[in-house]
Amino acid sequence: MAIGKEVKTKIASIGSTQKITSAMEMVAASKMRRAQERMLLGKPYSQRIRDVVSHIANAVSEYKHQYLEQRDVKRVAYVIVSTDRGLCGGLNINLFKAALRSMKEWSDQDVEVDICVVGNKAASFFGAVGGNVVAAIKDVGDEPLAQDLIGGVKVMLDSFDQGRIDKLFVVSNEFVNTMTQTPCVEQLLPLAPAGDERLSHHWDYIYEPDAQELLDGLLIRYIEAQVYQGVVENKACEQAARMLAMKNATENAGEMIDELQLLYNKARQAAITQELSEIVSGAAAV
Amino acid sequence: MAITVHCDIVSADESLFSGAVEMVVATGSLGELGITPGHAPLLSDLRPGPVRLVKENGEEEVYYLSGGYLEVQPGSIAILADTAVRAGDIDEAAAAEAVKSAEQAIANQTGEIEYAKAAAMLAEATAQLRTVQTLRKKLGG
Repeated sequence: MAIGKEVKTKIASIGSTQKITSAMEMVAASKMRRAQERMLLGKPYSQRIRDVVSHIANAVSEYKHQYLEQRDVKRVAYVIVSTDRGLCGGLNINLFKAALRSMKEWSDQDVEVDICVVGNKAASFFGAVGGNVVAAIKDVGDEPLAQDLIGGVKVMLDSFDQGRIDKLFVVSNEFVNTMTQTPCVEQLLPLAPAGDERLSHHWDYIYEPDAQELLDGLLIRYIEAQVYQGVVENKACEQAARMLAMKNATENAGEMIDELQLLYNKARQAAITQELSEIVSGAAAV
Repeated sequence: MAITVHCDIVSADESLFSGAVEMVVATGSLGELGITPGHAPLLSDLRPGPVRLVKENGEEEVYYLSGGYLEVQPGSIAILADTAVRAGDIDEAAAAEAVKSAEQAIANQTGEIEYAKAAAMLAEATAQLRTVQTLRKKLGG
């Protein structure tokens, strides 16, 4: 029964694959819970600093920081936040598609594009499609730290300071819920003032020590905080997407095993029937 | 009851405190600051040091921060605490590291991309094989 044996080994191999995918699903589920917690813990900070910065943008200050000025756009830069590992469904590729679409709009207007990648997947993707990658942050790990991101962000901020780039965007996945993650492109620089009615009258902060020094530091923190929050949120997205992908893989493997089992049973049945008819016809001949 | 103002202390990793306070005492770069309700809008950076809160019932709470920013708005006080210890030269080294990493990624991209390509081809072949199997089963069964 040669065919029977082949099918049997196939069933065994799919069975072991199924074990792996279901284990990965469970690991992703528990990691997702932790990643989601981290995301929620970081939210208040990024929300508060966003508030403070939008207050600053609204304040009538004697010193206008360059991050608040709109410039003619000759070159833009993107910070693209991806995962380190694969096997998470279409998460990365959807993100890259959104990024490329947004970049194309700029390149159609003869605006050049710089890229800063976070995560191994974006590094290899934009290496292959030939983007102008100026900075890369790789191996972020499951628990990203704010200080890991400082370097890459500084490269982008320095080129903004020197006037090499005129706009800075961050592309990352937004965690809607466990089933849905949507890629979104957000503008970091220059900062757009928020239209808060209560703050529309003329006022300004008392700055200590002086406005320039203070805003330099604070706005850098703001950009870092936004990128950090993007990375943490992307991490939660990664685990959720992986959990879903592995759940599907486990189900598919189950279906395949069922099909193969049916095939095996049919083959066995056919062999038995054949043997019986041989015996019967043999007996009849005698 | 004394007049209070809402105060938040947040760091990138967590929210440390949120609630009504009578007074906040923090260490600014120009010296100690005591903020009571009704303070004018203020923006200051903070030196590494303790932040003391006097809560509604007169209780005191002290947090140690490794630096950050303090914002005072008419209705609220926000303290944005740093988690990382910051210094100019450390930032510079991190930036250089990021650039080097990008160059490396471009230089030895071949390995991973070829692997990805091979994996895609394998997946395609498996799908084809499966289609053939299903078809055969339909015809044979």
